[in-house]
Amino acid sequence: MDNESIKERVQALVPEAQLEENKQFITFVIPAEKMHDLALSLKYNEDLAFDYLFCLTGVDTVKHLVVVYHLASTKHGHSLVLKAQTTDRENPAFDTICDIWKSGEFYEREVFDMFGIRFNNHPDLRRIFLDENWKGFPFRKDYVDEVNIVEL
Amino acid sequence: MKEKDFRDNETLETFKLPNRNFLLTTIDDIIDWGRSNSVWPLTFATSCCGIEMMAAGASRYDFARFGIEVYRASPRQADVIVVAGTVVNKMAPVLKRLYDQMSEPKYVIAMGACAVSGGPFFYNTYHVVRGVDHVIPVDVYIPGCPPRPEALLYGVMQLQRKIKLQSVTEMNKPL
Amino acid sequence: MKEVIHTPVPYIEEEEYHINMGPQHPSTHGVLRLVVTLQGEIVKKLKPHCGYIHRGIEKMCEKDTYPQIIHLTDRMDYLSAHINNHAVCLLVENALQVEVPERVKYIRTIIDELTRIQSHQLWWACYGMDLGGLTCFFYGLRDREKILDIFEQSFGSRLLHSYYAPGGLMMDIHPDFQKNVKAFIKYFRKKIKDYDRILTGNVIMQERTRGIGILTRDNAISYAVTGPSGRASGFSCDVRKHYPYACYDKVDFKEILYTEGDTLHRYFARMEEMRESMKIIEQLIDNIPAGDYSAKMKAVLKLPAGEYYQRVETARGELGVYCISDGNKTPFRMKFRSPNFSNLGVLDSISRDTKIADLVAIGASLDFVIPDIDR
Repeated sequence: MDNESIKERVQALVPEAQLEENKQFITFVIPAEKMHDLALSLKYNEDLAFDYLFCLTGVDTVKHLVVVYHLASTKHGHSLVLKAQTTDRENPAFDTICDIWKSGEFYEREVFDMFGIRFNNHPDLRRIFLDENWKGFPFRKDYVDEVNIVEL
Repeated sequence: MKEKDFRDNETLETFKLPNRNFLLTTIDDIIDWGRSNSVWPLTFATSCCGIEMMAAGASRYDFARFGIEVYRASPRQADVIVVAGTVVNKMAPVLKRLYDQMSEPKYVIAMGACAVSGGPFFYNTYHVVRGVDHVIPVDVYIPGCPPRPEALLYGVMQLQRKIKLQSVTEMNKPL
Repeated sequence: MKEVIHTPVPYIEEEEYHINMGPQHPSTHGVLRLVVTLQGEIVKKLKPHCGYIHRGIEKMCEKDTYPQIIHLTDRMDYLSAHINNHAVCLLVENALQVEVPERVKYIRTIIDELTRIQSHQLWWACYGMDLGGLTCFFYGLRDREKILDIFEQSFGSRLLHSYYAPGGLMMDIHPDFQKNVKAFIKYFRKKIKDYDRILTGNVIMQERTRGIGILTRDNAISYAVTGPSGRASGFSCDVRKHYPYACYDKVDFKEILYTEGDTLHRYFARMEEMRESMKIIEQLIDNIPAGDYSAKMKAVLKLPAGEYYQRVETARGELGVYCISDGNKTPFRMKFRSPNFSNLGVLDSISRDTKIADLVAIGASLDFVIPDIDR
């Protein structure tokens, strides 16, 4: 499938999706609550068949907390980047996609550990790298560690 | 290695306890000779330095020539813990427990920049212990990132030299 | 005659219990901790606990310039240090649209493949040791020293080199480099037959690993298991073939694919990959073009604002570097998609209902480097 028809298909599935400029991948910003439904149709649709989630990460853009999904299809060879974002910094929550792509289970735990983004329906949402009683989320831009992190 | 070969670093021998009687000195010498030539290390490799530690144990560098005979996986059977690699906040309690489980006399070698001082992960991180001496007492520091196996061998020889200065009467006192 | 009643004695105990493997355990290859739920000897569930070497490299990257980041990537997957450097270098070069000289591309490809061979040699050594053959450990590390000698001659260090710089290399290769590499290939072609004789053809090893820890192709894709582990399951994921970088589009090599996906075939995949790497080196080593060893780069590198993703094939799978730049000399966010982290996720599902002794074999065949998992 070529890039234009992927764009059309995604926009048909989620009308609110905004295309973002990116030379490498087709990038869409989509509302967080639509992510799970979109993911289902992306994976199980025959001519889309995005079966390979190779990267899932969080980004703190100060304004938003963003979760970035890098998807690819091993059958057709096309790829797609989806971004779900929220402005809620106190209690951010997304729907999990680890029932669709199993690799998401560990990636989401990492995002929860580092950004404090909760994933609803995740089977085992605990901190993965840091201790259970660790305070704060280190990859957020407002994380303060007066001892170790030096502001120049 | 003989004492005169350590000319670049000769302060250690001045710590040797004076005024000991003849019998005790002879016993000390025999026991220390035995101990220093059979130092069994614990396999405690956290990161890159562990590979160099493995290389030191393998065919080319062959640790065993100096009495660092076998790597033990259990702290109960080990004499020296070679901390090879970064120690982070989550690992520090584990390291302390491993050290506590070792039987006396026990020694610690801090191998590599991370174990000595935090190394390249000194600033702008949040999870790294700045040197293993914040957790357990260290006998020998080996700088480098990672140190060559020759450096590890030299460090172990320094440890053996330290062991040779111990006395049975004051075994638990730090040198 | 009295009837004899055979009451079957329960072979497996009903009760489940937990065992902690690690964080200090020789067969987890580092400081991985596995909480294994056992029923008798059978693994029922397995929970990996990571973070015992989490150093926050991604957070450090936000305060470091791009040439500085290269030195940190060395310390993630230290067995494929050059390939990790390559990922960041390619990212910066593609973002700044710098064309690196042909000579650099050739040298980088050769060194990447040498790195892959030495990584697989160490894996072979540890694999043999985990299965109880101590000879393998000595053989593997003996031959690895030959590659480290070549590295040391040209780059001045044994393990972590930071030899690649954005735009090229730190310095030119040693004049004897080509001669030594050719001598090594000749030497190792003979020695890899020894490897086969001592371990590949060994009946005990084959019986112990065949049909253990089967990973299907669908699961490999779903869990994003890449590298030789994924290819042993039939998942064609070689970045060198699909998204060629450096000289990989010019050389002729095979992507090793198996369909069985068990521990034995993960072993075969790595052994074959060493042979393919030697083939790649042989094609390139005589044709290194003359020229500069680095393109002209600015003193301060500032990536234009935007998002970049670069992938390379390390010895363990696909390494992705995802970078968001806001136009400064330091990245806004840097993410390393490490191959080991994804490969660890599959360990639970493939080791269920195997014996605990097989868990060691499965773990060894997946070839973890723990600092790459934790970063």
